[in-house]
Formats: sequence, C-alpha cells, structure tokens
Amino acid sequence: MTKQIRQLDRVVIRFAGDSGDGMQLTGDRFTSETAQLGNDISTLPNFPAEIRAPAGTLPGVSSFQVHFADYDILTPGDAPNVLVAMNPAALKANLADLPRGADIIVNTDEFTRRNLAKVGYASSPLDDDSLAGYVVHPVALTSMTVGALAEQEVSKKDAERAKNMFALGLLSWMYSRPYESTLRFLERKFAARPELVAANVAAFKAGWNFGETTEDFAVRYEVKPAKMQSGTYRNITGNAALSLGLVAAGVRSGLPVFLGAYPITPASDILHELSKHKKFGVITMQAEDEIAAVGAALGASYGGSLGVTTTSGPGVALKSETISLAVALELPLVIVDVQRAGPSTGMPTKTEQADLNLALYGRHGEAPVAVIAPKSPSDCFHAAIEAARIALTYRTPVILLSDNYIASGSEPWLLPDVASLPDLRVEFASEPNGSDGTFLPYLRDPETLARPWAVPGTPGLEHRIGGLEKADKTGDISYDPANHDFMVRTRAARIETIPVPDIEVEDPDGDARLLVLGWGSTYGPIGAACRGLRQRGLSVAQAHLRHLAPMPANLGEVLRSYDRVVIPEMNLGQLAHVIRARYLVDAIGYNQVRGLPFTAAELETMLEEVLKNV
Amino acid sequence: MSEPVALKLTAKDFKSDQEVRWCPGCGDYAILAAVQQFMPELNIPRENIVFVSGIGCSSRFPYYMNTYGMHSIHGRAPAIATGLSVSRPDLSVWVVTGDGDALSIGGNHLIHALRRNVNLKILLFNNRIYGLTKGQYSPTSEVGKITKSTPVGSADAPFNPLSLALGAEATFVGRTIDSDRKHLQSVLRAAAEHQGSAFVEIYQNCNIFNDGAFETLKEPATRDDFLIRLEHGQPITFGKDGQFCVVHPPGGFGLEVRETAATPAEEIVVHDATVNDPAYAFALSRLPGLDLRNTPIGVFRNVDRPSYDGVVQEQVATAKAKVSDTPEQQLAALLATGDTWTIN
Repeated sequence: MTKQIRQLDRVVIRFAGDSGDGMQLTGDRFTSETAQLGNDISTLPNFPAEIRAPAGTLPGVSSFQVHFADYDILTPGDAPNVLVAMNPAALKANLADLPRGADIIVNTDEFTRRNLAKVGYASSPLDDDSLAGYVVHPVALTSMTVGALAEQEVSKKDAERAKNMFALGLLSWMYSRPYESTLRFLERKFAARPELVAANVAAFKAGWNFGETTEDFAVRYEVKPAKMQSGTYRNITGNAALSLGLVAAGVRSGLPVFLGAYPITPASDILHELSKHKKFGVITMQAEDEIAAVGAALGASYGGSLGVTTTSGPGVALKSETISLAVALELPLVIVDVQRAGPSTGMPTKTEQADLNLALYGRHGEAPVAVIAPKSPSDCFHAAIEAARIALTYRTPVILLSDNYIASGSEPWLLPDVASLPDLRVEFASEPNGSDGTFLPYLRDPETLARPWAVPGTPGLEHRIGGLEKADKTGDISYDPANHDFMVRTRAARIETIPVPDIEVEDPDGDARLLVLGWGSTYGPIGAACRGLRQRGLSVAQAHLRHLAPMPANLGEVLRSYDRVVIPEMNLGQLAHVIRARYLVDAIGYNQVRGLPFTAAELETMLEEVLKNV
Repeated sequence: MSEPVALKLTAKDFKSDQEVRWCPGCGDYAILAAVQQFMPELNIPRENIVFVSGIGCSSRFPYYMNTYGMHSIHGRAPAIATGLSVSRPDLSVWVVTGDGDALSIGGNHLIHALRRNVNLKILLFNNRIYGLTKGQYSPTSEVGKITKSTPVGSADAPFNPLSLALGAEATFVGRTIDSDRKHLQSVLRAAAEHQGSAFVEIYQNCNIFNDGAFETLKEPATRDDFLIRLEHGQPITFGKDGQFCVVHPPGGFGLEVRETAATPAEEIVVHDATVNDPAYAFALSRLPGLDLRNTPIGVFRNVDRPSYDGVVQEQVATAKAKVSDTPEQQLAALLATGDTWTIN
C-alpha cells in the first residue's frame, strides 16, 4: 500500500506514560533522530519528583515534549499535535493540553478496568464519545510488542518493557525520521546484554512496520530541514551545556576547576557530568552538605582553582553565609542556582524564576555579587564561561541563575570554535606590591578594583585574610568607622562598575511603543509571542537581560524610550520590582507560578491586550 | 632522593606583625608560642603552610602566624580547608578550632573531614566554654554548668571530643595540654608526620570564663595521679609512683584502672596506637571520670588509611595520563561528543 506523504512546517509531539515506561528515553531518541534530519528542535521533559510513583496513577505520569520545525523555533511548543498515551493516566493527565483535532495514539492494552478506575474513569474514554474531537489511533502496543518478540530469548517482562521502542518505531515511521542513530544507541546501551539489543531493535522495527502496513495510519509526514547557520550541531540540555561551559572555562583560564556540590534536583546532573571530566583536571567533591560544598569551592579558589558550587534555591539559602565570606575575601567563586519552584522543598522538578531576589539580596550586610542568567539550554554554555570570566577578572562571587525549564530542556547547539572562546587567563600575584617591599593583599587594580590573587605557595606574599573587616590596602583587621564606610562602598562599586554589554532591543518594525523585558529562561516564549504579534502586523519590541547585576549601562535609556514596558516572569514580579525602583519606570508585571514555562499563546494574548491601551 | 635543604627557620620567622589580642593569661598564648617554636622543625617553607580557622577566640590564631592564613566563618574551617587541601596537595594545611566551633556549629564538617581522612592537621582548643561570646556553656561543658545562658545549670550532656573523632574513624587522634609545651610539641610532631587527618585536642584554659577547668591536670600535687601519659609500645601505668595501671578486664568492653601492685604485669595493657580497630582508642577515651581523673594524653590512635586528597589526585592523574592531546584539542572533542550533525 502506498501511503500519502504530507509536508508540515512544524510538529509538537508529547510522549506520556508511567514514570517506569521509559518516556524520557523515548523522547530523547526521537529528538536525536530529528536532529540528524536538520530540523530545529526544542524539548521539554516533565516528570514527577518520585522516582517510581505508584504505577498507573496521575502523579506517576512522566512526559517528554518535542517541537520540531523547518524554521528556527524558540520554545518546546504550547500544545501537542500528537499525544502518545501509554496508559489511561497519561491520557487523562495530558488531554486538557491538546487542541481539538490532535492525534492521540493510545496503548489499548493498558486500558483495563483496573487502570481506568485508578484515575477515575467510570468507563473507557475509548468506548464513549468523549474523544470525539480528536483523531484517536488505538494500538495494542504492549501485546503487539510481546508478539513481535515471541521468537526472542527474552522474558515476558523484558519484552513488555520494550513497548516504548515499538512506540518510537511507529512515530519514527509517521514522521519519516532516520533511525540509524537509535539502532546504534541500543547497541551501546545494552552492550552487556545482546539479547536486549535484539529485542529492542525488533520492537522498534515492529513499530515501524506496523505504521507502514496498518490502514489506521494513512498519512506519513515530513518536516523539511530548517535553514540554520552552517556548522556542526548537537542537541544539548541546559545542564549539559552548563557543565561543558565550566570545563571550557577551566581550559581557557588554565586553572583547575573544583566543583563542590551536594545532590539536589534539578542541579545534580551538573555534578554527574563534571565528575566524568577528570582528564581536564576537574575535581568534583560530593560534600556532606550545601555549606561544605560552597566552603570547599571557596577553599579551592583560595588555592588558585576556579571554585564552583552548583545547587538549587534551598542550597543557595544554606550557602548564603559562605558567599558573604567570599564577598569579604574578594575571591572568585561561581555559584550555579538551577531554580525550581519554592519556597522550601516546593516542587523540585518544576520550574520557577523566584530566586532573583535571593541572588541579588540574599545575604547579610552589604554583600553585592554579580548575577547572570542564561536564556536557553545552549546559552548555558556561554553563560557559564561569562560567569567564570567575571569571577576571575573581578575576584568576586557570581551567581548564575538557570532554571529547570532550560536545565532539562534541550535544543540544537552550534558547536563553537574553541579558539574563539574568551581568553580567561589570570595572573596570580608573584611579588610584593607595597612601596617598602611588603605585600598589600587589598591594594586594588585601579581599573578592575580587583585585589591581587596571591595563592599559598608564593614566597614572600604570606598574608592572612578573613571575614573581619579589613583595612584598605593592608587587609589588617580594622574597626575604623571611615574605613568600614569606604570598604562597603568600594565593594559595591566593584560590582556596579563591571563593564557588561549593552542590552540589545529587537524591534524589526522600528516603530514599537511597547517593550517586553525578560530575563533568563523566558526568552523563548517571549520571543515566540512577539513573533506571533508581528506576523499579525502589530509592533512590539523585545529586550532580554543576561546581566542582572550589574545591569547594562544603557538599560534606563532603553526603558524610558518606550511608552509601555511589560515584564513577564515566573515569579510575583521580582525583576519588575528592581526595574521600578532603579529606573522609576512604570513597568507592568505579568506573572505566573504554576511550575511550568509560559506558553507563547498566553503571552501573545496578554501583550495584545496591553497593546490596545498603548 | 637527596636530603631536603635545611631552611634554618626559627620561631621568630613564624610570628606575624599583628599584635596578639587574647586576654592576658589566656592558654592560647602558650599554644601559639609552642606552635611557633615547633614549626621550624617541619622544614617546610612558610609559604607552603596554611592555617585555616573558624570563629571563636582560638580562631584568631592564623592572624598571628606568618604563613598563609584564613580566618573564615563559624564552624566551616574543615570544609574550606578540605577544598584547599584536595586541590593543593603540595600545601601543609592546619585547622585551628575550638569546642564550640568544631563540635557545635561545625560538627558536621568535622566528622566528615575525619571520615574522609583529608590531609589536615586539626587542632581543637578545648576550654569547655564560649569565650568570644562572653561565657555561655559549650558542647564540652560538664552537665549542670552554670553560665549566663544556663543560670540554673546546663541540662545537656557534653561531647567527649576524642570519642567523637574515633567514632568517625579518625586515623590520628591525640590529646595534649596548653601548659605542657614539651608534650604539646611531641603530639604536634606525630600529627605532622601523619598522612591524612590528624585530630589533636588541646586542653586550654580560659582564665576569664572557665578558669581552672583543667587545674587538676596541671597542679604538681595532683597531675601525676590524674594524667595517663600514653607512650606507644609501653605498658600503661601512671601515678606519682606508677601505682596505677590500665587493664582490659575479661568479658568487659572497655578498659579499667587498677592498682599496679595488685595486678599481674602481663595483664597491664601495652599501648599500641596502631591498632586498626578504633574500639581500643575509644576505650582509652572513655577512661576519664567527671573529675578528670584518669585522663590519657598523648597519641591514642595513629593508623594508615589512604587520604581523600591522595585518592582524588590519583584519579585525576590517572585520567590525565591517558591523554596526549592539548587541553584545547580535548575540549573540541568533548564538545562534539554524541550524535552530531553538520549543516553546510
């Protein structure tokens, strides 16, 4: 049977199942196949904090959404065109997100009376007309997988577990994905158990062949490669990019990277990744607690390493006192906060941007630090290098605010040329700087206001530093009122005068009167919303802050040149508060804290409303 | 290997230009002088020695040492020193702390540094009181201690610092006294020679808030009968005339003090600091009574175990030995790991 092939410009697929069904892996593989084809991609995993929540229940549903297109895209997509539901819970948990007309592929084997009852279905939605508005494809995924593996030497349990590969095979056929990378992946993954390689490959092929032969799937789709800048790409998550950025910062500075970390969702993957890169001289220490993690990082910085600590909001709270010590010691330190929904334990696997106040102000005394935020998964690489650059050049703690949305999400990344990365080399102090041959640990570089970094082991520069207030230049303990006033102001000036690039405004029509200002991970949804408005003939300008402390020198001027400024944030208005206080601009906040990223559609609707009154 | 060049340093070389500001009569002066006098023995250049402290009276110590030094924050010195020591195995890193700093606010870091066997020399000045905050009871104060914060007596039982360190399986554990310079230096010497964590408790007198806390161990009239001077390889006997000894009663878990005259010589425990099972040193640490009678001083335990720093550095060295590319080449290869695709 010859199947019809239809061209699409973009597709959003959501794979959903029980947290033990392997949906993250299925989504990852589909993404990788799609990347090989040259589509632009953006992904969003969504999973419960419980490793194995009770099977078949709504809290146990894990999903992975992938958006791919023949043009450059900015978000993982608002609403799926296709839902793969491995059980009734996955259907129920995700149905509300589906637009009418969407395709739903359901694993009918799991629609048993017991599983339906677990999620409160009185009767099967497959048997009544509750799914009438959708295109439902009932597929006996489990039993067909088991049937396809009847000749294989695997247990029934292992055969059933391969059903995610059947689903992947089917979807790969539907969207004409190249599957060689998946076959290679399975060979690697199950290298120790060849029978599982054979079983999973067979399941994948059975799914592919099922699509080709069944009449239920009459149409096959194609999405042409996107026009992207030439070069070599890989698909990368924010946490992976951030880790590589830290390795790159080590190479470009010539310093060993020392990571002190305590396991915490959603930052642990950075610890896992960096622990693999010992050949670069990277030392990772899983500390006894968050405080020890940052303490060890600071101790390593004191000894001449690039000290880094990675955590999430609760960890930053615990590290606060040590960060203040680093402010007083004026040593380099990178603190990565992969934000999650708070307060307290909050929703550890859900995203939020509510640690901005914590980063800017969350310390005792006047303790300013530099703060930066990446805007997308791949941007985490460059943001990590920028954080290291500021920390090393200006001898200061730098807080890098990522969040779960970009940390777990992925996108294609144009691999940078290593030689083009910033040169981060630093000079340690090597000889006395005082006129009488003494060493003055707090004599500053007039340009950067940085003090000398004199590492232990350097003869003649033995000195003592500490948390007590220090006299200017000598660093001796000082309780002198005028000196304290001077030192507090100098520490503030040290941060405030760090040169950061001007903020750029994207206003292709050139006549916008409304500016949308964002920071961090909201870049994608805001950008997509602005594009949508422009396609409909409405003018809107977008500006995005990477440096939150200090802020770009031209920011006030930019803000004041628009009639209206809107600031969407996944918090209750923390940046808006800063902007209003600092620049006396009547910025409007648009805030949501649902643990999910903004959709482009909701921002577009909101901005359209605002535009009516501009 | 050729003999290291003698540096010919003296105590004076280890005195910083800072005025020492402990209360007159504080036991810290004696410890500082003993450490400064001992340091030249190490024959380590001053620039390769680092003192890290937390908060408290004792933690002012680094300011007075003409080495590298960091006066950090309350309780965190072991954590900070761990990062320094692991990343800089060429340095000799010393931690100076007190009973409040190490055992109360910083208890967690202390036990984990000891468990990991980080190559740190940890000197705990125990005066059984909070001095810098003007006289509250500490985690080593005796039960019922009357202080500003416990006007009718403290209600909680104290830590025995050595028992705690041994519970964490510290590889080197010792105790000494501020006023006995010779003994103090002998314990420092053994600690400095040890590879891994060395934990040394120094009984230190706070003459302002807890004066005379260890007086019975110092008074010529009582000290010989109260102190057990441990010497590796020697039977444990003590008292002015050696009239007491330590035995391990059959059937019991611990050690007990007996009269030497009534004890067959073969029943007297011969001190062996290298016993791998920490239970022996733990039993020694339990000997003192509430009145400090039967207080052992000296090296309780001194065993070999790979240091955390050593293992970590070895892992890095092993990984590095496998590569011949420049770091830039390695980085380019790392960035291009996994499934990549090229667009022309």
